[in-house]
Amino acid sequence: MPPRIAQIRLVSSHPQVYPPCDDSFALVDALLADRTKLLDHHPSICMEIGSGSGYVITSLALILGSESKNALYFATDMNPHATTVTRETLEAHGVHAELLTTNIASGLEKRLSGMVDLMVINPPYVPTPEDEVGGSGLSSAWAGGENGRTVIDKILPVADSLLSEKGWLYMLFLAENDPLQICLQMKDKGYGSKIIVQRSTEEETLHVIKFWRDLDIQIEGNEAVSGGKTAPQRGFDFLRSQISRLSFRETRQ
Amino acid sequence: MRLLTHNMLSSNIKGVINGFPLRIEAEKVVIKEVDFNPDFIKNMFSKIDWKALADASKIMGYAELPEEVPDHSVLDSDEFLQKFHHALLQLHLEEGALVCPETGRRFPVNKGIPNMLLHEDEMNLDATCTSSASNP
Repeated sequence: MPPRIAQIRLVSSHPQVYPPCDDSFALVDALLADRTKLLDHHPSICMEIGSGSGYVITSLALILGSESKNALYFATDMNPHATTVTRETLEAHGVHAELLTTNIASGLEKRLSGMVDLMVINPPYVPTPEDEVGGSGLSSAWAGGENGRTVIDKILPVADSLLSEKGWLYMLFLAENDPLQICLQMKDKGYGSKIIVQRSTEEETLHVIKFWRDLDIQIEGNEAVSGGKTAPQRGFDFLRSQISRLSFRETRQ
Repeated sequence: MRLLTHNMLSSNIKGVINGFPLRIEAEKVVIKEVDFNPDFIKNMFSKIDWKALADASKIMGYAELPEEVPDHSVLDSDEFLQKFHHALLQLHLEEGALVCPETGRRFPVNKGIPNMLLHEDEMNLDATCTSSASNP
């Protein structure tokens, strides 16, 4: 029997809340693709930032399901209609998450610092004029400012501070967000990265990228700063493979 | 909002040094039964600020928790775990507010969901999403 995910007919809706779309499906597909690894990971605290309709956090809770009964879920959204709709979607599937209407994870950052084992984020990634970012309704779900990076660039440092030592982040990007540059930026903070799902539609090319704290990368980074040239090549080879994969995919568009 | 959520929330207002715990103003408290899962509860024990939970639980009308931080050995007591379970997971603040201990700023809780959105002049710049984010 395939693992359960949220059912569209049970997903609640509101005119001011972004319904599940291709991007939501790509993110859930990435979680399904990594299901065995996620179960082995035994996340204790999971969080979704920008839960919208609740489709993704509900699917995550169902995917981890009975095999990960001890996980605790948090879901935030800056749109109060969205947190209400998320609550309805969770309840319709018989699962639970701690809900909060807030900006990114504001209010949780102190107590949950370094405690989140799994984060899933479908950010507002669409390139728009800067003044469209963060409106109070539906547009806040997609308006991403210049190159679609304005909100993404605010979320990443928050994710870095919340993620535990073994923390994993699954985040969705549009090709226009320059995911390669994001991977390089995260590498500087000690994260490895990998594309889990890549999907092209008529309108957009989506990547779901997984990030994890990679101690090898951190050590090599430090050695590089201190001038050591004997740093093992492993991290660089790894990165080069990521670059070629990403650039290959982006030139195909 | 369960007290588990309350236990993880701090005031996020600019300049506030110790915004924890938020004071609860309870207008409507509901009890929702959840399956008892001793492993989950034990796992949560180390993550919880006990005093904040015991005080919040009392305000919500449940005064069965010890005020002092219990010794780890209490985790062997089923009676204790049941009380801990009830306070942490079954008491819900459905309507009310959370109040910043330093500034007195009230964060409303409606339909069981706390709203921690800040006004522009309350935000740290690095935590600012956008200026319009402050006008929900």
